[in-house]
Amino acid sequence: MPHKTFFWFILPTGLAMILFIGLPIVSSFFQSLHIETEQILMEVENCDPFGCKTNVRVDVEATEKLRQENPLGRFNGFGTYTDRNHLAFDEIGEAWNTSSSMSEFKDIVLNLPFYKALLFTLTFCFAVTPPVIILGFIVALSVNTLSKIIKGFIVFGTILPMIVTPLIGSLVLFWMIDSQGIIGASIQILFDDPNLSLKASSNLTWITLIIYGIWHNTPFAFVVFYAALQTVPQDPIEAAYIDGASRYQRVRYIVIPHLYPVATFIMLICLMDNFRVFEPIIGFSAEGVAQSLSWMIYQDLRNENKMLFGSAGATSMLTIIGIAFLLTPVLIRTWKEFRTER
Amino acid sequence: MDTKLNKYSKRLIIFNGIFILFWLTISIFPFLWTLWGSFKVKADFFSRAEWTYALTGFNTLIETGATTTVKAYVESWFEGEFWRASLNTMIVTVSVVSISLFLGTLGAYALSRSTYKYTFYILIAALIFRAMPHITLVSGYLFPFFQLNIWGILPTTIIVLVAINQPFTLWLLYSFFKTVPKELDESALIDGCSYFQAFRYIIMPVMWPGVVTAGLFSMMLAYNDFTVTALLLNQQNYTMVPKINAFLGTIEHGGNYMWAVSSVVSATAPLFMIIWFFQRQLISGLTAGAVKG
Repeated sequence: MPHKTFFWFILPTGLAMILFIGLPIVSSFFQSLHIETEQILMEVENCDPFGCKTNVRVDVEATEKLRQENPLGRFNGFGTYTDRNHLAFDEIGEAWNTSSSMSEFKDIVLNLPFYKALLFTLTFCFAVTPPVIILGFIVALSVNTLSKIIKGFIVFGTILPMIVTPLIGSLVLFWMIDSQGIIGASIQILFDDPNLSLKASSNLTWITLIIYGIWHNTPFAFVVFYAALQTVPQDPIEAAYIDGASRYQRVRYIVIPHLYPVATFIMLICLMDNFRVFEPIIGFSAEGVAQSLSWMIYQDLRNENKMLFGSAGATSMLTIIGIAFLLTPVLIRTWKEFRTER
Repeated sequence: MDTKLNKYSKRLIIFNGIFILFWLTISIFPFLWTLWGSFKVKADFFSRAEWTYALTGFNTLIETGATTTVKAYVESWFEGEFWRASLNTMIVTVSVVSISLFLGTLGAYALSRSTYKYTFYILIAALIFRAMPHITLVSGYLFPFFQLNIWGILPTTIIVLVAINQPFTLWLLYSFFKTVPKELDESALIDGCSYFQAFRYIIMPVMWPGVVTAGLFSMMLAYNDFTVTALLLNQQNYTMVPKINAFLGTIEHGGNYMWAVSSVVSATAPLFMIIWFFQRQLISGLTAGAVKG
């Protein structure tokens, strides 16, 4: 295809991607270098019969004027990145100097907003992915043995948790697990503890979120494994059968090695998707004890009157750096695939 | 031979059956429970005293005079203006699907037919774009959109969702067009068609299976989106998912919580029906990139 024709074919989609994916990233970076204008203070002398006092007050007019002139705020360089809400270099340095033991230092660092969110995000990613792969594989194996007639319905039932948006999925579960919902109330009766609830401890909330993550992601692993199972060559399996291999041995030594590449694919996609975890936190109303990086950005942008563009931009950039680490293996894999194709 | 290979022992069949039932309970029951509970009043669905109230509708009977009630539905659709949200969702979904398929088929066709090296870089760029968390993009949109005064309206959101959707659509359709034999449109080119004519008259009639799959994914993205719609739309233009979140935020009187429950059912039911019909395409799309691996 000549360059010119190619250009016209790709132009609309390319333009859409550059304008609404490429530029926003640049814009986000640009925002992260700025910080909201400070309020201009002025001194006002208040006199009453008991004497005169000088008060400091916000000069609304001047502040508004400055905001109008400079809506993005003033230039701050990488100041936002190192402030308390992000990488917090000063706070970490201080904690390093003052804390007497390693665990104390760890406590201080992990209570800083950014590191707290990072810890949750990573814990969520790495706690959800392995069970998803194992459970997805088992479900795929067992659905594969069913007869054709009921397969369609069972596959449909299995993929439901994946189809609904995370917010709705987490709400549906939350309403059951809530202390007044069916499961929550039953657990309370079972343990005879009326105060036992999801919100009681941060550990419980984290576990609930992770269970939700497994529930939501397993169908994806199932679908991919299920399709891959259809491509497993039958000849080696028959040969193994003739040689007297048991069913378990056939799965362990023929099917599983065949599915390794698929499993890595699922793992990478799962890690990448879960790195953006955010909606379940809202669905489970778990903001108090579990914050993720995406949630921090959402929080900065949510308040319509006072959006913290600088802070949101900085967190976005740091999130993208995190994604880049997870993305590299995927890119290398795609690269190799293309090389072999050509 | 084959029959012996696939013959399962009785124990395995039983064990397997139990496992499948267990798994289906986990994946389906929460939805059925919500569906059931949406016809009750709040005191039953969230009953601290006795969970069987949710089954028998004890408080529903006292409050409304029957064991089931559609009160939450009627109120959320009219008083809560959920009808407006579902109308918005319909507009957004239909527009996003049609525009992104239009852009995606053109682009993916070109990518699959060009032999130059830059196609590879475009696909890699699309892969990187696909990995970007939506919320980081939104943080980049808000400021310029406020300055340009295009924040809060549906067209902006539609274009943003189309763009966010492009990388995946491109990849999906690219791998689909790769399976359409090159000879088909090459012969048309030899006969004197332009590339666009070859696309229009030769490729378009055979591309529908791939397009249905890609359309399904675009639909799910647009229908399900929360991040973009919650932050880029104003309250009037909310689609269903941010609207449900808004119902949750205002728990002034007990009724609103049931509004959210009934709205969740209203929002998921059409989606499940569509997926029921297009299940096969959905699965083929999910596995397109993976199985070759």
